[in-house]
Amino acid sequence: MLGETTREGGVAEAHSEHLAHHFDTAEQQFESGKLGMWIFLATEILLFGGLFCAYAVYRSNHPEIFVYAHRYLDKVLGAINTAVLICSSFTMAWAVRCAQLGRKRALVRLLAATIALAGCFLGIKYVEYQHKWKEGLLWGKYFHAKLEQPATQATASPIPAPTPAFNPDERSLIPPAAQGPSGLARPGHPAVLGESAGPPRDVQVFFAVYFTMTGLHGIHVIAGMIVLALMLLRATKGEFGPAYFTPVDLAGLYWHLVDLIWIFLFPLLYLIR
Amino acid sequence: MAETSHAEVQARAHPTVGHVVPFRVLATVWGTLLVLTVLTVAIAGVDLGRFNLEIALTIATVKASLVLLYFMHMRYDRPMNAIVFIAALLFFMLFVSLALLDSHAYAPDLIPGYAPGLPR
Repeated sequence: MLGETTREGGVAEAHSEHLAHHFDTAEQQFESGKLGMWIFLATEILLFGGLFCAYAVYRSNHPEIFVYAHRYLDKVLGAINTAVLICSSFTMAWAVRCAQLGRKRALVRLLAATIALAGCFLGIKYVEYQHKWKEGLLWGKYFHAKLEQPATQATASPIPAPTPAFNPDERSLIPPAAQGPSGLARPGHPAVLGESAGPPRDVQVFFAVYFTMTGLHGIHVIAGMIVLALMLLRATKGEFGPAYFTPVDLAGLYWHLVDLIWIFLFPLLYLIR
Repeated sequence: MAETSHAEVQARAHPTVGHVVPFRVLATVWGTLLVLTVLTVAIAGVDLGRFNLEIALTIATVKASLVLLYFMHMRYDRPMNAIVFIAALLFFMLFVSLALLDSHAYAPDLIPGYAPGLPR
């Protein structure tokens, strides 16, 4: 029933100011625009997919790094940011509804609210980044955090006591070695690193993954804010209404994808056990 | 059913293309998403072993589906958009699975101690 009215409406307003000449109907134009946006979103998923893949490979090979290092992320700030993005997604979806129904003042307010919530997200993200910068919880060679060492580890010698090398009852001709055999391991390091109670090796890997994933997401938030600001500018001029709301709808799709990616980033980075 | 004069008024109030999601649906989805966020944080505080990751990812998938179906109108759209999206997801899963398979194939060769958390 909906399709019939739409087609009639499309024919009725053919050659209207919003219909490009290479489209037959407004519906065809609308569906083409949406399909193009979804194809773009698919490429975005593949872009973030590479990072999620790196995360999966690192975490499956070195779960101890992720379990250890995720405690340095602020779970409360992460949860607040998740809620902020969900609220911004809601105001965005509501804004699209208002554009479709021609409620222009509500559209302007909701777009402004969405941008404000996006700014709130970036503000909280800034607080988190600043804290990590101060603590030196950074990527690669820039990592210089003082990780907490277990108290017992500092006093006890990490080198296992050498076995008594010389037993006078065993009259061997070979003189005893000064130290027990240590194989190829460098002296002073425990034979099996995983058995030490301190922080695992290469904790900086987690922060490299964290900054890359949240950083790329943050760039998407900024891009989304720019797009939404353009929509706000056009909405204040009253350009959008029931006959023409596709730009708001497509900007909304992009904004929801940014939310969608954060929905997965939050548990994967902040809620590890 | 509508008169010609009414049709014009209606056209102003309702778009000729696309689907308008009722406000009640949007608000319900919003509330559900917030509840699920609280739930996933609460469950992360309980040690359930390996199930922690699985539960967290399941909740995230439910949340993502709600956003896709209602906020992103996928439920009301033509199926072509969903096909594009699901195809991207399938290729992503293929990519991650093959990378993990390859990475795990070399796991026994890792220097002992360099991946102490790896199950053997």
